Amino acid sequence: MAQGGSVGIVETRNWRFAEPPDELVLRSGVKLGPIDVAYETYGELTPERDNAIYICHALSGDAHVAGLHSPDDARPGWWDVMIGPGKGIDTDRYFVVCANCIGGCKGSTGPSSINPRTGEPYGLDFPMVTVSDMVKVHHALLTEHLGLEKLLCVTGGSMGGMQVLQWAIDYPEMVESAIPIATTSRLDAQGIAFDEVGRQAVYSDPNWRGGSYYGATPPNRGLAVARMVGHITYLSEHSMRDKFGRSLQDRDEVGYDFGPPDFQVESYLRHKGDSFVERFDANSYLYITKAMDYFDPAADHGTLIDAFKGVRSRVFVISYSGDWLFPTHHSKEIVRALQANGVQTTFCEFQSEYGHDAFLLEDEELAEAMAGFLRNTYAAVTRGKPPRPEPQGAPAASP
Amino acid sequence: MPVRLDYRLIEQDVASGARVLDLGCGDGQLLRELIDRKGVDGFGIDVDLAEVQKCIARGVPVYHGDMLEGMAMFEDGRFDCVILSQTLQQTVRPDRVVREMLRVGRRAIISFPNFGHWRVRLQLLLKGSMPVTRVLPYRWCETPNIHLLTIKDFFALCQELHLKVIDRMYLTPGYCRLPGLLANLLASMAIFVMEAR
Repeated sequence: MAQGGSVGIVETRNWRFAEPPDELVLRSGVKLGPIDVAYETYGELTPERDNAIYICHALSGDAHVAGLHSPDDARPGWWDVMIGPGKGIDTDRYFVVCANCIGGCKGSTGPSSINPRTGEPYGLDFPMVTVSDMVKVHHALLTEHLGLEKLLCVTGGSMGGMQVLQWAIDYPEMVESAIPIATTSRLDAQGIAFDEVGRQAVYSDPNWRGGSYYGATPPNRGLAVARMVGHITYLSEHSMRDKFGRSLQDRDEVGYDFGPPDFQVESYLRHKGDSFVERFDANSYLYITKAMDYFDPAADHGTLIDAFKGVRSRVFVISYSGDWLFPTHHSKEIVRALQANGVQTTFCEFQSEYGHDAFLLEDEELAEAMAGFLRNTYAAVTRGKPPRPEPQGAPAASP
Repeated sequence: MPVRLDYRLIEQDVASGARVLDLGCGDGQLLRELIDRKGVDGFGIDVDLAEVQKCIARGVPVYHGDMLEGMAMFEDGRFDCVILSQTLQQTVRPDRVVREMLRVGRRAIISFPNFGHWRVRLQLLLKGSMPVTRVLPYRWCETPNIHLLTIKDFFALCQELHLKVIDRMYLTPGYCRLPGLLANLLASMAIFVMEAR
């Protein structure tokens, strides 16, 4: 498969809904409104509106999944390797949408947004949101604002994969196909444990002040440590050995002190932590990790098989052999429960030594599998309808 | 790619619209044809990622993994027909595979190369080395065929597992059908259709 191109310069848009008194009722029963949703779209919707793909982002992701925000933007969208003309999710064929989750801090309403009742940022007054609340908001965006009735596919990795499962459960009539990647139907003790360590790091930063730090110094140390721990869980023993080994950082021998980092891996993690705090809100980190911990459709419905009872999508479950945070057996459990409901399910375990984050890396095998699955799904969905001419020429950014 | 003739013969034994499981489905060619020609509800299992990718490209639903593990997720009688084409001799426990096939499926179709063929016997007898033939093209140290069997062995296994042989076909290397007489000596390949008693 060709490497493919870029969707070019894109912009994040905003949609506001659930204005009082028509607030959205969250899973917890609490009302939230107004709600801003930040989103981006790429490619063009067909007149039949049958080629829309929705991308769900993971813990630290946002609506900016592909392309650049400006010509000198150093950092493309978080899944630019997968989305673009000629790529695994081909924007010459499909209309692609991604939106920021509520509870986040990248344009959608979250704890750093202004609470209309007080005129101050919500902080911990922001209601607890769940994965199903996130999906409910994005469903509103797609149906009410973008006028979509069907999604050719919903896909995403990690927490994005949780949303994919929730989409298939909550909106079976809308989702033609679903591709959950490197995900789980519920975190087990180990996953919850790592999330809790991250949260404890934030709580223990004196600057956190019970979440009311807006306008003051944010709990950057705590959030940086949380990110460092998290980042280790996204890598693997192999990838860390490969990348750093015991290489020293800017020195020829260890320093026998507690000053600058001795080892490259220390320096790398500090850098990851420090750059994360510049783009992420500590309270959002708390809320979103809680949403992940709470995600458990099996508990919601009795068993996972019961949870998938209404699923009508064809599903393609993908895992990575080197992922120890969301290991393959979690994906296989999803496959078994889908199969038990007669859902047309495909499962593939990709060989990778690069841990949980493998799906975000440039991966020809994943791109090929996604492209093939989407092409066949599109053919099946449009069977009986008049054929659509092959796309040609340069991609046009959607209006 | 030319159509494998044993696929054509297997196809005769699959009813239209049947629920079909293909173990070791490879690139998904057989299932694709069964889906297109007979409208079956098809599903494949294969352990080889490159083959699984080809199934996905063909739009054949597939499980990437071990066939015993894959079959374990299905309830009894989930399929009308379970196919194992030229792979039985490559499994670690052929007896368990056959038994599991007839748990998840009402009917099993199994094709395998016959190690009792006269060329095989002759090579071993005259050369004294492991036979290499058109149907069994690998050297002993490279072969994926770890449990080679004869037609006679397979009959014995069917008896041991109390399976009813519904139909059987014996084939030459050129896929010509042979009569049952002296099949274990003359056939290089066999296809069995079985049900549990």
